[in-house]
Amino acid sequence: MAYSNKVLDHYQHPRNVGSLDKDAADVGTGIVGAPECGDVMKLQIKVDESGRIVDAKFKTYGCGSAIASSSLATEWLKGTTVDEAMAIRNTQIVEELSLPPVKIHCSVLAEDAIKAAIADYQSKQERLREAGAPES
Amino acid sequence: MTRSASRGAATTATVVVPIYMDNSATTRCDPRVVAKLLPFFADDFGNAASRNHVFGWRAEAAIEVAREQTAALIGCTPKEIVFTSGSTEANNLAIKGVAELYAGKGRHFVSCVTEHKAVIDPLKHLELGTIPGQPRAEITFLPVDRLGHVDLDALSAAIRPDTVLVSLMAANNEIGTLHPLAAIGRICKERGVLFHTDATQAAGRIPIDVEAFGIDLLSLSAHKFYGPKGVGALYVRREGPRVRLAPLLDGGGHERGMRSGTLNVPGIVGMGEAARIAREDFASDVARLRALRDRLEQGILARSVNAVVNGDPDDRLPHLSNVSFPYVEGESLIMGIKDVAVSSGSACTSASLEPSYVLKSLGLGDELAHSSIRFSLGRFNTEAEVDHVVDMVSREVARLREMSPLWEMVQQGVDLTKVKWTVH
Repeated sequence: MAYSNKVLDHYQHPRNVGSLDKDAADVGTGIVGAPECGDVMKLQIKVDESGRIVDAKFKTYGCGSAIASSSLATEWLKGTTVDEAMAIRNTQIVEELSLPPVKIHCSVLAEDAIKAAIADYQSKQERLREAGAPES
Repeated sequence: MTRSASRGAATTATVVVPIYMDNSATTRCDPRVVAKLLPFFADDFGNAASRNHVFGWRAEAAIEVAREQTAALIGCTPKEIVFTSGSTEANNLAIKGVAELYAGKGRHFVSCVTEHKAVIDPLKHLELGTIPGQPRAEITFLPVDRLGHVDLDALSAAIRPDTVLVSLMAANNEIGTLHPLAAIGRICKERGVLFHTDATQAAGRIPIDVEAFGIDLLSLSAHKFYGPKGVGALYVRREGPRVRLAPLLDGGGHERGMRSGTLNVPGIVGMGEAARIAREDFASDVARLRALRDRLEQGILARSVNAVVNGDPDDRLPHLSNVSFPYVEGESLIMGIKDVAVSSGSACTSASLEPSYVLKSLGLGDELAHSSIRFSLGRFNTEAEVDHVVDMVSREVARLREMSPLWEMVQQGVDLTKVKWTVH
Protein backbone atom coordinates (compact mmCIF):
# COMPACT_ATOMS: atom_id res chain seq x y z
CA MET A 1 0.00 0.00 0.00
CA ALA A 2 1.35 3.41 -0.87
CA TYR A 3 1.21 6.00 1.88
CA SER A 4 0.91 9.71 1.20
CA ASN A 5 3.95 11.86 1.90
CA LYS A 6 2.15 13.51 4.80
CA VAL A 7 1.43 10.16 6.44
CA LEU A 8 5.05 9.13 5.95
CA ASP A 9 6.27 12.41 7.42
CA HIS A 10 4.11 12.08 10.55
CA TYR A 11 5.06 8.42 10.89
CA GLN A 12 8.77 9.11 10.63
CA HIS A 13 8.69 12.34 12.62
CA PRO A 14 5.67 12.10 14.89
CA ARG A 15 4.78 15.37 16.61
CA ASN A 16 4.10 15.54 20.33
CA VAL A 17 4.72 11.93 21.30
CA GLY A 18 4.58 11.55 25.04
CA SER A 19 2.43 11.73 28.11
CA LEU A 20 1.00 14.40 30.40
CA ASP A 21 0.10 13.80 34.03
CA LYS A 22 -3.27 12.11 33.70
CA ASP A 23 -4.17 13.00 37.30
CA ALA A 24 -3.64 16.75 36.85
CA ALA A 25 -6.80 18.82 36.97
CA ASP A 26 -5.95 20.75 33.79
CA VAL A 27 -5.24 17.60 31.75
CA GLY A 28 -7.81 15.61 29.81
CA THR A 29 -7.01 12.05 28.66
CA GLY A 30 -8.79 10.07 25.98
CA ILE A 31 -7.96 6.43 25.26
CA VAL A 32 -9.87 4.90 22.37
CA GLY A 33 -9.67 1.73 20.33
CA ALA A 34 -8.77 -1.80 21.37
CA PRO A 35 -5.69 -4.01 20.98
CA GLU A 36 -7.69 -6.72 19.21
CA CYS A 37 -8.78 -4.21 16.59
CA GLY A 38 -5.18 -3.32 15.90
CA ASP A 39 -5.24 0.25 17.13
CA VAL A 40 -5.30 2.11 20.44
CA MET A 41 -4.86 5.86 20.71
CA LYS A 42 -4.11 7.82 23.85
CA LEU A 43 -4.53 11.55 23.37
CA GLN A 44 -4.01 14.13 26.11
CA ILE A 45 -4.68 17.86 26.30
CA LYS A 46 -3.59 20.48 28.82
CA VAL A 47 -6.00 23.39 29.11
CA ASP A 48 -5.40 26.83 30.68
CA GLU A 49 -7.92 28.93 32.64
CA SER A 50 -9.19 30.63 29.52
CA GLY A 51 -10.15 27.29 27.96
CA ARG A 52 -7.26 27.24 25.51
CA ILE A 53 -5.35 24.02 24.82
CA VAL A 54 -1.73 24.83 25.63
CA ASP A 55 -0.26 21.37 25.14
CA ALA A 56 -1.24 18.08 23.52
CA LYS A 57 0.48 14.68 23.55
CA PHE A 58 -0.29 11.30 22.06
CA LYS A 59 0.76 7.70 22.07
CA THR A 60 -0.62 5.33 19.46
CA TYR A 61 -0.51 1.60 18.86
CA GLY A 62 -1.60 1.10 15.28
CA CYS A 63 -0.71 1.37 11.64
CA GLY A 64 1.13 4.29 10.08
CA SER A 65 -2.12 6.06 9.26
CA ALA A 66 -3.30 5.78 12.87
CA ILE A 67 -0.02 7.21 14.11
CA ALA A 68 -0.21 10.02 11.54
CA SER A 69 -3.86 10.81 12.37
CA SER A 70 -3.12 11.21 16.07
CA SER A 71 0.09 13.11 15.45
CA LEU A 72 -1.77 15.55 13.20
CA ALA A 73 -4.56 15.87 15.76
CA THR A 74 -2.13 17.02 18.46
CA GLU A 75 -0.68 19.59 16.06
CA TRP A 76 -4.12 21.00 15.36
CA LEU A 77 -5.16 20.96 19.01
CA LYS A 78 -2.31 23.06 20.32
CA GLY A 79 -3.38 26.67 20.62
CA THR A 80 -7.06 26.09 19.90
CA THR A 81 -9.88 26.51 22.37
CA VAL A 82 -11.78 23.52 23.67
CA ASP A 83 -14.80 24.66 21.66
CA GLU A 84 -12.76 24.82 18.47
CA ALA A 85 -11.30 21.39 19.22
CA MET A 86 -14.80 19.95 19.53
CA ALA A 87 -15.42 21.06 15.95
CA ILE A 88 -12.54 19.04 14.45
CA ARG A 89 -13.96 16.39 12.13
CA ASN A 90 -12.40 13.16 10.95
CA THR A 91 -13.05 14.17 7.35
CA GLN A 92 -10.58 17.05 7.77
CA ILE A 93 -7.93 14.53 8.84
CA VAL A 94 -8.77 12.27 5.90
CA GLU A 95 -8.34 15.21 3.56
CA GLU A 96 -5.14 16.54 5.09
CA LEU A 97 -3.43 13.12 5.10
CA SER A 98 -5.02 11.81 1.86
CA LEU A 99 -6.12 8.67 3.68
CA PRO A 100 -7.46 5.87 1.48
CA PRO A 101 -10.96 4.49 2.26
CA VAL A 102 -9.51 1.47 4.08
CA LYS A 103 -7.82 3.85 6.55
CA ILE A 104 -10.73 6.17 7.29
CA HIS A 105 -11.32 4.42 10.60
CA CYS A 106 -7.94 5.83 11.77
CA SER A 107 -9.28 9.37 11.38
CA VAL A 108 -12.51 8.41 13.14
CA LEU A 109 -10.45 7.09 16.01
CA ALA A 110 -8.50 10.36 16.19
CA GLU A 111 -11.74 12.37 16.34
CA ASP A 112 -13.03 10.03 19.04
CA ALA A 113 -9.78 10.48 20.98
CA ILE A 114 -10.08 14.29 20.86
CA LYS A 115 -13.68 14.13 22.12
CA ALA A 116 -12.76 11.63 24.83
CA ALA A 117 -9.90 13.81 26.05
CA ILE A 118 -12.16 16.87 26.15
CA ALA A 119 -14.89 14.94 27.94
CA ASP A 120 -12.37 13.76 30.53
CA TYR A 121 -11.12 17.32 31.06
CA GLN A 122 -14.65 18.69 31.37
CA SER A 123 -15.76 16.04 33.84
CA LYS A 124 -12.70 16.81 35.97
CA GLN A 125 -13.57 20.51 35.91
CA GLU A 126 -17.16 19.65 36.75
CA ARG A 127 -16.08 17.63 39.77
CA LEU A 128 -13.75 20.42 40.87
CA ARG A 129 -16.54 22.97 40.64
CA GLU A 130 -18.87 20.74 42.63
CA ALA A 131 -16.22 20.04 45.27
CA GLY A 132 -15.18 23.71 45.42
CA ALA A 133 -18.65 25.23 45.42
CA PRO A 134 -19.68 26.40 48.91
CA GLU A 135 -22.81 24.70 50.10
CA SER A 136 -25.57 27.10 50.82
CA MET B 1 16.66 0.20 -6.33
CA THR B 2 20.29 -0.30 -5.37
CA ARG B 3 21.14 2.21 -2.72
CA SER B 4 23.70 1.31 -0.15
CA ALA B 5 22.37 1.28 3.37
CA SER B 6 25.09 1.68 5.93
CA ARG B 7 23.34 3.90 8.47
CA GLY B 8 23.22 2.11 11.77
CA ALA B 9 24.19 -1.22 10.29
CA ALA B 10 25.78 -3.53 12.80
CA THR B 11 28.14 -4.82 10.20
CA THR B 12 30.74 -3.27 7.99
CA ALA B 13 29.83 -5.46 5.03
CA THR B 14 27.97 -3.63 2.29
CA VAL B 15 24.27 -4.27 2.17
CA VAL B 16 22.18 -3.34 -0.81
CA VAL B 17 18.61 -2.27 -0.15
CA PRO B 18 15.83 -3.18 -0.50
CA ILE B 19 16.55 -6.52 1.14
CA TYR B 20 14.28 -9.39 0.12
CA MET B 21 13.18 -11.58 3.04
CA ASP B 22 9.80 -12.71 1.75
CA ASN B 23 10.80 -15.99 0.15
CA SER B 24 7.62 -17.71 1.27
CA ALA B 25 5.71 -15.30 -0.98
CA THR B 26 7.98 -15.97 -3.91
CA THR B 27 11.65 -16.52 -4.64
CA ARG B 28 13.98 -14.93 -7.10
CA CYS B 29 14.33 -17.12 -10.15
CA ASP B 30 17.78 -18.72 -9.96
CA PRO B 31 20.02 -17.40 -12.77
CA ARG B 32 20.80 -21.03 -13.71
CA VAL B 33 17.07 -21.58 -14.15
CA VAL B 34 16.68 -18.46 -16.28
CA ALA B 35 19.58 -19.52 -18.51
CA LYS B 36 18.00 -22.91 -19.00
CA LEU B 37 14.51 -21.73 -19.89
CA LEU B 38 15.25 -18.71 -22.09
CA PRO B 39 15.98 -20.66 -25.33
CA PHE B 40 12.47 -22.09 -25.16
CA PHE B 41 10.88 -18.75 -25.93
CA ALA B 42 12.40 -17.84 -29.29
CA ASP B 43 14.60 -20.74 -30.41
CA ASP B 44 13.07 -24.03 -29.30
CA PHE B 45 9.58 -22.58 -29.29
CA GLY B 46 7.69 -25.67 -30.48
CA ASN B 47 4.48 -27.06 -29.05
CA ALA B 48 5.30 -30.18 -27.05
CA ALA B 49 2.17 -31.80 -28.47
CA SER B 50 3.29 -31.38 -32.11
CA ARG B 51 4.14 -34.91 -33.20
CA ASN B 52 5.18 -34.28 -36.80
CA HIS B 53 8.27 -32.08 -36.67
CA VAL B 54 11.50 -31.39 -34.89
CA PHE B 55 10.16 -28.26 -33.15
CA GLY B 56 7.60 -30.33 -31.32
CA TRP B 57 10.04 -33.15 -30.61
CA ARG B 58 12.55 -30.79 -29.04
CA ALA B 59 9.94 -29.22 -26.82
CA GLU B 60 8.63 -32.60 -25.80
CA ALA B 61 12.11 -33.90 -25.03
CA ALA B 62 12.74 -30.88 -22.80
CA ILE B 63 9.40 -31.40 -21.05
CA GLU B 64 10.25 -35.02 -20.33
CA VAL B 65 13.60 -34.04 -18.80
CA ALA B 66 11.78 -31.51 -16.61
CA ARG B 67 9.22 -34.16 -15.69
CA GLU B 68 12.00 -36.49 -14.51
CA GLN B 69 13.70 -33.70 -12.57
CA THR B 70 10.44 -32.68 -10.89
CA ALA B 71 9.59 -36.30 -10.09
CA ALA B 72 13.02 -36.86 -8.54
CA LEU B 73 12.46 -33.99 -6.09
CA ILE B 74 9.56 -35.83 -4.43
CA GLY B 75 10.48 -39.45 -5.18
CA CYS B 76 7.79 -40.34 -7.71
CA THR B 77 7.92 -41.56 -11.32
CA PRO B 78 7.78 -39.02 -14.17
CA LYS B 79 4.42 -40.35 -15.34
CA GLU B 80 2.90 -39.30 -12.04
CA ILE B 81 3.61 -35.60 -12.63
CA VAL B 82 0.82 -33.43 -14.08
CA PHE B 83 2.06 -29.94 -14.90
CA THR B 84 -0.27 -27.10 -13.92
CA SER B 85 -0.16 -23.33 -13.66
CA GLY B 86 0.89 -23.54 -10.02
CA SER B 87 -0.15 -24.84 -6.62
CA THR B 88 -3.51 -23.14 -6.58
CA GLU B 89 -4.52 -25.05 -9.68
CA ALA B 90 -2.91 -28.24 -8.39
CA ASN B 91 -4.86 -27.99 -5.12
CA ASN B 92 -8.12 -27.29 -6.97
CA LEU B 93 -7.49 -30.18 -9.34
CA ALA B 94 -6.70 -32.59 -6.52
CA ILE B 95 -9.71 -31.67 -4.40
CA LYS B 96 -12.39 -31.08 -7.02
CA GLY B 97 -11.04 -33.80 -9.31
CA VAL B 98 -11.15 -36.42 -6.54
CA ALA B 99 -14.50 -35.18 -5.27
CA GLU B 100 -16.08 -35.69 -8.67
CA LEU B 101 -14.65 -39.10 -9.49
CA TYR B 102 -15.03 -40.57 -6.02
CA ALA B 103 -18.54 -39.23 -5.41
CA GLY B 104 -19.74 -42.84 -5.38
CA LYS B 105 -17.50 -43.66 -2.43
CA GLY B 106 -18.56 -40.76 -0.29
CA ARG B 107 -18.76 -37.02 0.24
CA HIS B 108 -16.65 -36.43 3.32
CA PHE B 109 -13.28 -34.66 3.41
CA VAL B 110 -10.83 -33.94 6.22
CA SER B 111 -8.51 -30.96 6.34
CA CYS B 112 -7.41 -28.41 8.93
CA VAL B 113 -8.01 -24.78 9.81
CA THR B 114 -4.51 -23.54 8.96
CA GLU B 115 -4.49 -24.68 5.33
CA HIS B 116 -3.90 -22.16 2.57
CA LYS B 117 -7.00 -20.58 1.03
CA ALA B 118 -6.29 -22.57 -2.14
CA VAL B 119 -7.25 -25.69 -0.17
CA ILE B 120 -9.84 -24.24 2.21
CA ASP B 121 -11.87 -22.47 -0.47
CA PRO B 122 -12.29 -25.43 -2.88
CA LEU B 123 -13.37 -27.51 0.12
CA LYS B 124 -15.82 -24.81 1.19
CA HIS B 125 -17.24 -24.76 -2.33
CA LEU B 126 -17.82 -28.50 -2.05
CA GLU B 127 -19.42 -28.00 1.34
CA LEU B 128 -21.77 -25.35 -0.01
CA GLY B 129 -22.61 -27.42 -3.08
CA THR B 130 -21.69 -24.50 -5.35
CA ILE B 131 -19.59 -26.51 -7.81
CA PRO B 132 -21.71 -27.37 -10.86
CA GLY B 133 -22.49 -31.06 -11.16
CA GLN B 134 -21.17 -31.87 -7.70
CA PRO B 135 -23.43 -32.74 -4.78
CA ARG B 136 -22.75 -31.16 -1.41
CA ALA B 137 -19.94 -32.55 0.67
CA GLU B 138 -19.18 -32.56 4.37
CA ILE B 139 -15.84 -31.17 5.47
CA THR B 140 -14.09 -31.64 8.81
CA PHE B 141 -11.58 -28.87 9.43
CA LEU B 142 -9.43 -30.14 12.28
CA PRO B 143 -8.27 -27.59 14.84
CA VAL B 144 -4.58 -27.07 15.60
CA ASP B 145 -2.74 -26.64 18.88
CA ARG B 146 -0.69 -23.66 20.01
CA LEU B 147 2.22 -24.72 17.76
CA GLY B 148 0.06 -25.40 14.71
CA HIS B 149 -0.09 -29.21 14.91
CA VAL B 150 -3.16 -31.36 14.32
CA ASP B 151 -3.87 -34.13 16.82
CA LEU B 152 -3.35 -37.43 14.99
CA ASP B 153 -5.93 -39.17 17.19
CA ALA B 154 -8.42 -36.50 16.20
CA LEU B 155 -7.49 -37.12 12.57
CA SER B 156 -8.12 -40.85 13.00
CA ALA B 157 -11.40 -40.17 14.72
CA ALA B 158 -12.49 -37.79 11.97
CA ILE B 159 -12.10 -40.38 9.19
CA ARG B 160 -15.41 -42.11 8.40
CA PRO B 161 -16.44 -44.85 5.98
CA ASP B 162 -17.55 -42.18 3.52
CA THR B 163 -14.34 -40.15 3.81
CA VAL B 164 -12.71 -39.74 0.42
CA LEU B 165 -9.71 -37.53 0.98
CA VAL B 166 -7.52 -36.10 3.71
CA SER B 167 -5.80 -32.86 2.69
CA LEU B 168 -3.13 -31.61 5.08
CA MET B 169 -0.32 -29.30 4.08
CA ALA B 170 3.30 -30.39 4.38
CA ALA B 171 4.35 -27.08 5.91
CA ASN B 172 2.37 -24.02 6.88
CA ASN B 173 3.01 -20.90 4.84
CA GLU B 174 2.72 -18.43 7.70
CA ILE B 175 4.37 -20.13 10.65
CA GLY B 176 6.31 -22.94 8.98
CA THR B 177 5.03 -25.72 11.24
CA LEU B 178 5.50 -29.15 9.64
CA HIS B 179 2.81 -31.78 9.64
CA PRO B 180 4.07 -35.35 10.25
CA LEU B 181 3.52 -36.56 6.70
CA ALA B 182 4.63 -40.17 7.23
CA ALA B 183 2.33 -40.62 10.23
CA ILE B 184 -0.60 -39.02 8.40
CA GLY B 185 0.11 -41.16 5.33
CA ARG B 186 0.08 -44.30 7.47
CA ILE B 187 -3.28 -43.42 8.99
CA CYS B 188 -4.75 -42.71 5.57
CA LYS B 189 -3.44 -46.00 4.15
CA GLU B 190 -4.83 -47.99 7.08
CA ARG B 191 -8.20 -46.37 6.66
CA GLY B 192 -8.27 -46.56 2.89
CA VAL B 193 -8.59 -42.84 2.20
CA LEU B 194 -6.55 -40.75 -0.21
CA PHE B 195 -3.95 -38.35 1.19
CA HIS B 196 -3.31 -35.04 -0.54
CA THR B 197 -0.64 -32.67 0.70
CA ASP B 198 0.00 -29.10 -0.37
CA ALA B 199 3.81 -29.04 -0.45
CA THR B 200 4.10 -25.54 -1.88
CA GLN B 201 6.23 -24.24 0.98
CA ALA B 202 7.93 -27.52 1.77
CA ALA B 203 9.43 -28.49 -1.59
CA GLY B 204 13.17 -28.00 -1.60
CA ARG B 205 13.13 -27.09 2.09
CA ILE B 206 12.35 -30.44 3.74
CA PRO B 207 12.92 -33.95 2.37
CA ILE B 208 9.83 -35.29 0.63
CA ASP B 209 9.34 -38.88 -0.49
CA VAL B 210 5.81 -39.71 -1.62
CA GLU B 211 6.48 -43.46 -1.28
CA ALA B 212 7.93 -43.34 2.22
CA PHE B 213 5.24 -40.88 3.36
CA GLY B 214 2.28 -42.62 1.73
CA ILE B 215 1.21 -39.53 -0.20
CA ASP B 216 -1.30 -39.96 -3.04
CA LEU B 217 -1.52 -36.39 -4.32
CA LEU B 218 0.94 -33.54 -3.84
CA SER B 219 0.90 -29.93 -5.02
CA LEU B 220 3.99 -28.02 -6.10
CA SER B 221 4.71 -24.49 -7.25
CA ALA B 222 7.97 -23.71 -9.08
CA HIS B 223 8.31 -20.10 -7.97
CA LYS B 224 8.65 -21.11 -4.32
CA PHE B 225 11.89 -22.93 -5.07
CA TYR B 226 13.63 -20.47 -7.39
CA GLY B 227 11.73 -21.45 -10.50
CA PRO B 228 9.44 -19.25 -12.63
CA LYS B 229 5.93 -18.13 -11.67
CA GLY B 230 2.90 -19.55 -13.42
CA VAL B 231 4.01 -23.16 -13.37
CA GLY B 232 3.53 -25.98 -10.90
CA ALA B 233 2.59 -29.61 -10.74
CA LEU B 234 0.28 -32.11 -9.16
CA TYR B 235 1.70 -35.51 -8.32
CA VAL B 236 -0.96 -38.16 -8.92
CA ARG B 237 -0.19 -41.68 -7.65
CA ARG B 238 -0.42 -44.37 -10.34
CA GLU B 239 -0.07 -47.51 -8.25
CA GLY B 240 -1.27 -48.61 -4.84
CA PRO B 241 -3.81 -47.11 -5.36
CA ARG B 242 -4.12 -45.62 -8.83
CA VAL B 243 -5.68 -42.22 -8.19
CA ARG B 244 -8.24 -41.00 -10.69
CA LEU B 245 -9.16 -37.37 -11.24
CA ALA B 246 -11.79 -35.49 -13.17
CA PRO B 247 -10.05 -32.64 -15.04
CA LEU B 248 -10.86 -29.01 -14.31
CA LEU B 249 -10.37 -28.05 -17.97
CA ASP B 250 -11.75 -29.72 -21.06
CA GLY B 251 -9.71 -29.61 -24.22
CA GLY B 252 -6.92 -31.40 -26.03
CA GLY B 253 -6.38 -34.02 -23.37
CA HIS B 254 -2.83 -33.04 -22.46
CA GLU B 255 -1.14 -34.50 -19.39
CA ARG B 256 -2.92 -37.84 -19.79
CA GLY B 257 -6.27 -36.12 -19.88
CA MET B 258 -5.91 -34.53 -16.48
CA ARG B 259 -4.87 -31.05 -17.58
CA SER B 260 -5.70 -29.89 -21.08
CA GLY B 261 -3.88 -26.90 -22.49
CA THR B 262 -0.66 -26.38 -24.43
CA LEU B 263 2.23 -26.96 -22.08
CA ASN B 264 4.12 -23.93 -20.79
CA VAL B 265 7.43 -25.18 -22.15
CA PRO B 266 9.79 -22.44 -20.85
CA GLY B 267 8.08 -22.49 -17.45
CA ILE B 268 8.19 -26.27 -17.16
CA VAL B 269 11.83 -26.40 -18.27
CA GLY B 270 12.58 -23.81 -15.60
CA MET B 271 10.67 -25.79 -13.00
CA GLY B 272 12.65 -28.90 -13.87
CA GLU B 273 15.97 -27.12 -13.54
CA ALA B 274 14.85 -25.52 -10.27
CA ALA B 275 13.89 -28.96 -8.97
CA ARG B 276 17.24 -30.39 -10.04
CA ILE B 277 19.13 -27.65 -8.17
CA ALA B 278 16.87 -27.96 -5.13
CA ARG B 279 17.57 -31.70 -4.97
CA GLU B 280 21.29 -31.58 -5.70
CA ASP B 281 22.03 -28.65 -3.37
CA PHE B 282 19.48 -29.68 -0.77
CA ALA B 283 21.79 -30.39 2.16
CA SER B 284 23.96 -27.30 1.78
CA ASP B 285 21.04 -25.01 0.93
CA VAL B 286 19.02 -26.08 3.95
CA ALA B 287 21.96 -25.93 6.36
CA ARG B 288 22.75 -22.41 5.18
CA LEU B 289 19.13 -21.25 5.41
CA ARG B 290 18.75 -22.67 8.88
CA ALA B 291 21.92 -20.94 10.07
CA LEU B 292 20.79 -17.60 8.63
CA ARG B 293 17.29 -17.99 10.08
CA ASP B 294 18.61 -18.85 13.52
CA ARG B 295 21.00 -15.90 13.41
CA LEU B 296 18.12 -13.59 12.49
CA GLU B 297 15.75 -14.97 15.08
CA GLN B 298 18.25 -15.07 17.92
CA GLY B 299 19.42 -11.57 17.07
CA ILE B 300 15.86 -10.24 17.15
CA LEU B 301 14.89 -12.07 20.34
CA ALA B 302 18.04 -10.88 22.09
CA ARG B 303 17.29 -7.24 21.34
CA SER B 304 13.49 -7.03 21.51
CA VAL B 305 12.10 -7.86 24.92
CA ASN B 306 8.94 -9.96 24.88
CA ALA B 307 9.20 -10.86 21.20
CA VAL B 308 7.77 -14.34 20.67
CA VAL B 309 8.27 -16.88 17.91
CA ASN B 310 5.03 -18.31 16.50
CA GLY B 311 4.72 -21.91 15.37
CA ASP B 312 6.79 -24.90 16.37
CA PRO B 313 10.33 -23.67 17.09
CA ASP B 314 11.82 -27.08 16.23
CA ASP B 315 9.49 -28.85 13.84
CA ARG B 316 9.48 -26.02 11.36
CA LEU B 317 10.60 -24.97 7.89
CA PRO B 318 14.30 -24.06 8.01
CA HIS B 319 14.00 -20.68 6.32
CA LEU B 320 11.04 -19.10 8.11
CA SER B 321 10.57 -17.14 11.29
CA ASN B 322 7.23 -15.69 12.34
CA VAL B 323 7.71 -13.30 15.24
CA SER B 324 5.18 -11.31 17.25
CA PHE B 325 6.27 -8.04 18.81
CA PRO B 326 3.74 -7.35 21.54
CA TYR B 327 2.54 -3.74 21.91
CA VAL B 328 3.78 -2.89 18.41
CA GLU B 329 1.41 -3.12 15.47
CA GLY B 330 2.75 -5.19 12.56
CA GLU B 331 1.82 -2.91 9.70
CA SER B 332 3.50 0.10 11.31
CA LEU B 333 6.60 -2.00 11.95
CA ILE B 334 6.73 -3.08 8.32
CA MET B 335 6.39 0.57 7.35
CA GLY B 336 9.33 1.38 9.59
CA ILE B 337 11.54 -1.24 7.98
CA LYS B 338 10.47 -0.35 4.48
CA ASP B 339 13.82 -1.33 3.00
CA VAL B 340 13.17 -4.90 4.08
CA ALA B 341 10.58 -6.97 2.23
CA VAL B 342 8.68 -9.11 4.74
CA SER B 343 5.06 -10.10 5.32
CA SER B 344 2.61 -9.15 8.02
CA GLY B 345 0.22 -12.06 8.29
CA SER B 346 0.10 -13.76 4.93
CA ALA B 347 0.80 -11.79 1.77
CA CYS B 348 -2.57 -12.95 0.50
CA THR B 349 -4.41 -11.38 3.40
CA SER B 350 -2.32 -8.30 4.15
CA ALA B 351 -4.70 -6.12 2.14
CA SER B 352 -7.34 -6.72 4.78
CA LEU B 353 -7.36 -5.44 8.32
CA GLU B 354 -8.30 -8.80 9.78
CA PRO B 355 -5.47 -10.45 11.64
CA SER B 356 -4.21 -13.72 10.20
CA TYR B 357 -6.63 -16.63 10.55
CA VAL B 358 -3.65 -18.95 10.93
CA LEU B 359 -2.28 -17.08 13.94
CA LYS B 360 -5.75 -16.79 15.45
CA SER B 361 -6.28 -20.53 15.11
CA LEU B 362 -3.17 -21.09 17.23
CA GLY B 363 -5.07 -19.39 20.04
CA LEU B 364 -2.93 -16.28 19.77
CA GLY B 365 -4.74 -13.18 20.94
CA ASP B 366 -5.66 -10.69 18.25
CA GLU B 367 -3.13 -8.21 19.60
CA LEU B 368 -0.32 -10.73 19.10
CA ALA B 369 -1.64 -11.65 15.67
CA HIS B 370 -1.71 -7.94 14.78
CA SER B 371 1.92 -7.67 15.88
CA SER B 372 3.39 -10.48 13.81
CA ILE B 373 5.91 -10.41 11.03
CA ARG B 374 6.96 -13.28 8.81
CA PHE B 375 10.61 -13.31 7.78
CA SER B 376 11.38 -15.91 5.13
CA LEU B 377 14.96 -16.30 3.98
CA GLY B 378 16.22 -17.59 0.69
CA ARG B 379 19.18 -18.84 -1.25
CA PHE B 380 20.37 -15.33 -2.05
CA ASN B 381 20.32 -13.79 1.44
CA THR B 382 23.59 -13.06 3.20
CA GLU B 383 24.76 -12.83 6.81
CA ALA B 384 25.33 -9.11 6.35
CA GLU B 385 21.71 -8.70 5.30
CA VAL B 386 20.55 -10.65 8.32
CA ASP B 387 22.60 -8.46 10.67
CA HIS B 388 21.29 -5.33 9.01
CA VAL B 389 17.70 -6.51 9.37
CA VAL B 390 18.18 -7.44 13.04
CA ASP B 391 19.51 -3.96 13.64
CA MET B 392 16.74 -2.19 11.77
CA VAL B 393 13.93 -4.25 13.28
CA SER B 394 15.26 -3.83 16.80
CA ARG B 395 15.59 -0.07 16.49
CA GLU B 396 12.15 0.31 14.96
CA VAL B 397 10.49 -1.91 17.56
CA ALA B 398 12.08 0.24 20.29
CA ARG B 399 10.89 3.44 18.60
CA LEU B 400 7.33 2.20 18.11
CA ARG B 401 7.17 0.92 21.68
CA GLU B 402 8.06 4.36 22.95
CA MET B 403 5.06 5.54 20.95
CA SER B 404 2.77 2.73 22.14
CA PRO B 405 0.19 3.40 24.85
CA LEU B 406 -0.01 -0.35 25.46
CA TRP B 407 3.70 -0.59 26.20
CA GLU B 408 3.36 2.40 28.56
CA MET B 409 0.47 0.75 30.41
CA VAL B 410 2.36 -2.51 30.76
CA GLN B 411 5.36 -0.62 32.13
CA GLN B 412 3.03 0.95 34.69
CA GLY B 413 1.80 -2.49 35.71
CA VAL B 414 -1.59 -2.31 34.00
CA ASP B 415 -3.12 -5.66 33.07
CA LEU B 416 -4.27 -5.07 29.49
CA THR B 417 -6.82 -7.86 29.67
CA LYS B 418 -8.62 -5.97 32.46
CA VAL B 419 -8.86 -2.68 30.60
CA LYS B 420 -12.27 -1.74 29.29
CA TRP B 421 -11.54 -0.90 25.65
CA THR B 422 -13.79 1.03 23.35
CA VAL B 423 -14.46 -1.34 20.50
CA HIS B 424 -15.10 0.53 17.31
